[in-house]
Amino acid sequence: MKPEVMRDLLIEDICLRMKDNKKIFFLSADFGSPALDQLRADFPDRFFNVGIAEQNLVSIAAGLGLEGFTVYAYAIAPFISMRAFEQIRISLALMGQTREVNVNMIGVGAGLSYDVTGPTHHCLEDIALMNLLPNISVISPSDATFMKDIVSYTLVNKKPSYIRLDGKALPRIYDQTAKPDFNDGFCQICKGEKICIVATGYMTHVALKTAEVLKNDGISVGVIDIYLVKSPDMDKLKASLNEYSIFVTMEEGFIRKGGLDALITSISSATPSPKPVYPLGFDDQYVFEVGDRKHLHALAGLGEDRIIEFIKSIN
Amino acid sequence: MVDADKIEMLEDKARAIRLTVLNMIAEAGKGHIGGAYSCTDIIVALYYGGILRFAPDNPSWGLRDRFILSKGHSGSALFAVLADLGYFDTSELALYCKNGSILGGHPDRNVPGIEADTGSLGHGLGIGAGMALAAKLNNTGQRVFVLVGDGECAEGAVWEAMVFAARHKLANLTLIIDRNRQCVLDFTEDCAPLDPFSDKLAAFGWDTREINGHSFEEILAVLEEPVAIVEDRPRAIVANTVKGKGVSFMEGILKWHHAVPNQDELFAARTELAQQTNYQAS
Repeated sequence: MKPEVMRDLLIEDICLRMKDNKKIFFLSADFGSPALDQLRADFPDRFFNVGIAEQNLVSIAAGLGLEGFTVYAYAIAPFISMRAFEQIRISLALMGQTREVNVNMIGVGAGLSYDVTGPTHHCLEDIALMNLLPNISVISPSDATFMKDIVSYTLVNKKPSYIRLDGKALPRIYDQTAKPDFNDGFCQICKGEKICIVATGYMTHVALKTAEVLKNDGISVGVIDIYLVKSPDMDKLKASLNEYSIFVTMEEGFIRKGGLDALITSISSATPSPKPVYPLGFDDQYVFEVGDRKHLHALAGLGEDRIIEFIKSIN
Repeated sequence: MVDADKIEMLEDKARAIRLTVLNMIAEAGKGHIGGAYSCTDIIVALYYGGILRFAPDNPSWGLRDRFILSKGHSGSALFAVLADLGYFDTSELALYCKNGSILGGHPDRNVPGIEADTGSLGHGLGIGAGMALAAKLNNTGQRVFVLVGDGECAEGAVWEAMVFAARHKLANLTLIIDRNRQCVLDFTEDCAPLDPFSDKLAAFGWDTREINGHSFEEILAVLEEPVAIVEDRPRAIVANTVKGKGVSFMEGILKWHHAVPNQDELFAARTELAQQTNYQAS
């Protein structure tokens, strides 16, 4: 199956729901997609381009949300998550605690999706930032299988959410008929022996490739894909992790700052005999060199060979 | 021409609210009295002047007009009004900023009658514009009133919301600016100048009026107009006010942004407010 762009499938599904559900609004901060053209044409009275104004995007969405509408607020990931952070904090996280505010931010360009576009467009902070905020679900899908279920989840959940989408077309990991479980919030894609790689989003693809190469070398590693980064079913996740003795986390984000690695470290460190957690991601600096995703990963020590070598060294 | 009895009633009410605010802040030992006093007359006009539609016994009544106090640090004045109207018991006012009270230094939605949690400045107009858009699309007739401070207008998000509201012809949205010309450290024109403010608002596509924000006659005259005089435009009211209005030694003095009166000052302020039997707007 050819790679798919998640945002288009997500928007197509939102567009379908808007036909029957008149309470759905779609707002954009002047950010498009091929699928959005259709939505805009079909629902000119429920689509609004607020312009390049992410702060106002979130405030307007909150006002509509407080009046009972379901809102999808769409923008480039680093800009909606960071430019509008205080609007998200107050109008969604804080107000979402006492009243229903069903505003779902769609941030496109997770991690290094916008690779050659440069460090202003890289998004290495958003998971940690959104994890900080109470009352917001953080949804980080790894492929397009999730899209319909994300829309269903947000319509039922009725709480603010941050949907972190990769900007590039990605192949499917899951079978097209797979049903992501939003109670679990994670999926153990393959089982291994000693080592478990825990990843999210694009890095789940890297994790699976790593597992495949290692398998050929006689090392069997498990791979867990976490898509509700902030709120997986902790009992189930602990039970799954309990089968392993070493964890490697992989994220396109800064490490040791509250991202995915913090979740796994907190689980491990709360046990009587903590198991080692090795976080793989970006160290405490921005990436200025121009290059595609593979090139930038290699620079950050996330090249395929380096990861394989590293995992062999800890096995 | 606004009825003279009504003006007198509103002046009495405003004086009572100022006294309540004074007592709340003195009792708590904290609060932002200057800004609360500069917008007291506006809040009193909205709630007691027959402008807002509201139901204290049913704060979530769907057809109520929405009022957002975007300058949340003036919450003491709004709390005093909401308690007086019966949204919650007036005994709660004595607990302002005390442990376990619903009334903190800024409004939040644990307080009946509060539409939006404010305190961080620059958020209210965008939220209000979203609410006004919802009411317009629902065609249910609610109006939205947002009261901002002029110092708050240094926040860029306020102007983003202005652009949006004009573009979407939110004629059911009224922005009232408490133009007391002061922020915390300085006078607005000395740090983040806004003049010619009305011209700027008009240039942003708003139906703009400028009034004396302490004259009930002028406040009501503009608020009683149909929401938009110029069709399909949101309405901006620049209300020229005095920070600390009502207590002469506080008026226009920077420190009374959030100073707390000592015993002598408290006595003097109470005496002055009590003597204003014929409160005259200046």
